[in-house]
Amino acid sequence: MLRAALNRLIGMLTVMAIVVTIVFVIVRVTPGDPAAVMLGPDATAADVEALRQRLGLDGTILQQFVSYVGGILRGDLGQSIFLGQPVTTALWLRAEPTFFLTIFSLAIATTVALPIGIASAYWRGSWFDQATTTLAMFAASVPSFWLGLVFIQTFAVGLGWFPTSGYGGPYSSLGERLFHLALPATTLGIVSSALIMRFTRASMLDVLNDDYVRTARSKGMSEWRVVIRHALKNALIPILTVLGLTAALLISGAIVTETVFALPGIGNLIVSAVLRRDYPVIQGALLIVAGLYVLVNFLIDMLYLLVDPRVRY
Amino acid sequence: MSDLAPDTILSVRDLRTWFKSRRVIAKAVDGVTFDLKRGQTLAVVGESGSGKSVTSLSIMGLLSPPGGIESGEVLFRDSKGVVHDLARASAREFRRLRGKEIAMIFQEPMTSLNPLYTVGDQIGEMIALHERMSHAEARRRALEMLRHVEIPDAANRLDDYPHQMSGGMRQRVMIAMALACNPSLLIADEPTTALDVTIQSQILDLLRRLQDQFGMSILFITHNLGVVAEIAQDVVVMYSGRVVEHAPVVPLFRKQKHPYTQGLLACTPNAARDLSASGERKALYSIPGSVPPITALPPGCAFAPRCRYAIDACSSIPPQLEAVGDHHLSRCLRSAEL
Repeated sequence: MLRAALNRLIGMLTVMAIVVTIVFVIVRVTPGDPAAVMLGPDATAADVEALRQRLGLDGTILQQFVSYVGGILRGDLGQSIFLGQPVTTALWLRAEPTFFLTIFSLAIATTVALPIGIASAYWRGSWFDQATTTLAMFAASVPSFWLGLVFIQTFAVGLGWFPTSGYGGPYSSLGERLFHLALPATTLGIVSSALIMRFTRASMLDVLNDDYVRTARSKGMSEWRVVIRHALKNALIPILTVLGLTAALLISGAIVTETVFALPGIGNLIVSAVLRRDYPVIQGALLIVAGLYVLVNFLIDMLYLLVDPRVRY
Repeated sequence: MSDLAPDTILSVRDLRTWFKSRRVIAKAVDGVTFDLKRGQTLAVVGESGSGKSVTSLSIMGLLSPPGGIESGEVLFRDSKGVVHDLARASAREFRRLRGKEIAMIFQEPMTSLNPLYTVGDQIGEMIALHERMSHAEARRRALEMLRHVEIPDAANRLDDYPHQMSGGMRQRVMIAMALACNPSLLIADEPTTALDVTIQSQILDLLRRLQDQFGMSILFITHNLGVVAEIAQDVVVMYSGRVVEHAPVVPLFRKQKHPYTQGLLACTPNAARDLSASGERKALYSIPGSVPPITALPPGCAFAPRCRYAIDACSSIPPQLEAVGDHHLSRCLRSAEL
């Protein structure tokens, strides 16, 4: 177990090293001088030179790479051009809404999708199966911005149950802040539940026909026990993969949803950074998102080890 | 409920198990009758599609839709002497009987155990389901069962996962699990088919020994008449969902009264018979044609199209199962001549 974790950790670090290099190269191959591009045609040569220094774009490529990697290792992702704060600070300040949004929407998606997926596989072909299949198709094809707007219109504007947007004031309590996530998390949860539901159904269908499920029945246990203890645990292995990928997707900023609900999260930060060509922020966000992706994959791999005794890395 | 002779543990009477779809009815089992006596072994023999496995699943109540018992009785006497009709038993009744009174082992030892639990857990689960026992006691009993099925170094194998064992070992684990609650009936559905020949005979030996020790009756499903000779007292031969011949093992092997049984026996490889001293090989007999689809059976005898003794009447008159000797039944118009 420990050995496997170590192996995966090494693989993880390798991926991150490659990501760091790619991010470094991308900025360098951008046509023209990034500093000049950022400052626009009216900037003086002195301004451009000053920005070049701030971005670490002076010196040879090797020197630049060394100082860039050195910065990352020290936890320094540079300075945002427009926000007047270090990139790490900018990211950190916007991490909370995204983090909780991810957790909540994943929780909603899972609690909705798993039981429905299991039930529709168990009663395959029934009206319940057909109804949920249709629902899943709807959830998968509805755009999240539209669903978000409908929710705002209905539950925030119409019924007044939830705030329309934002993440509360600067001094609002954690409870208040989380309350602002109710609608965006439901929106994202519904949209991502479709995939999880379909996957759960397919995976359960596979497993319910397996020989060991028949063996379990022949032992004289309740159907509940057959389905949960013997079938679901086996079906969970592919479902975990989808859960992990969904989580990673959500972490990288549910960009559209955060924009619709004006949530000051990572997705929102990335959008505004791209619009303003705030290169250091884009670079930093890329690294963090890639890092989280890798981390989630690592956690999923570890879960495989826990669930399936046949898996060895 | 009809009465059951005291020495009979299982009586299948005119069992019909059909698979109904909107357009066709597949009569997988169509009027099968046999009795199994306490402590004895009855073999049900036939090719794939003969209905032998469906018969065993019907007894266990493990049919899945669209399959279902259409009519007939499956009378089973439990260890307390209570007679149950399994053709009409409720899910609750089955839950109590399965594992505790009737246990089953399957053809595929490689896939019949849950890959995510240790063999100790899986045997222990069987015990925990039916006996009031602490976890530690159940584990001790599981270990004892592994020793009964002669798994070497049993104490260390208890925490193994199925994938760490060979097919033969896994089938032993299945047997250990099946017998863990001392059931009065063991249904073995082709338990040796997926195994190497040497392992096959080990498993058959083991089953015979365990039968002496535990006293359970065995319903043994197989397509291999060679295996039947090893283990059974009574034989039922099935073809296209019906019993075509039913006899005690010795008379059956001495004189088959149904052409299908003769064919089956001729198909069994036999080195002593087929290989001459000079190394010449006799061609192994095979029954021409294949089993007709169960939804399109000929009007007369289902075997007639493949039968070398078939006469005109065979393709129009459905033969009945008739006595052709002492405890010997055959479903053939020409049984008397064979």
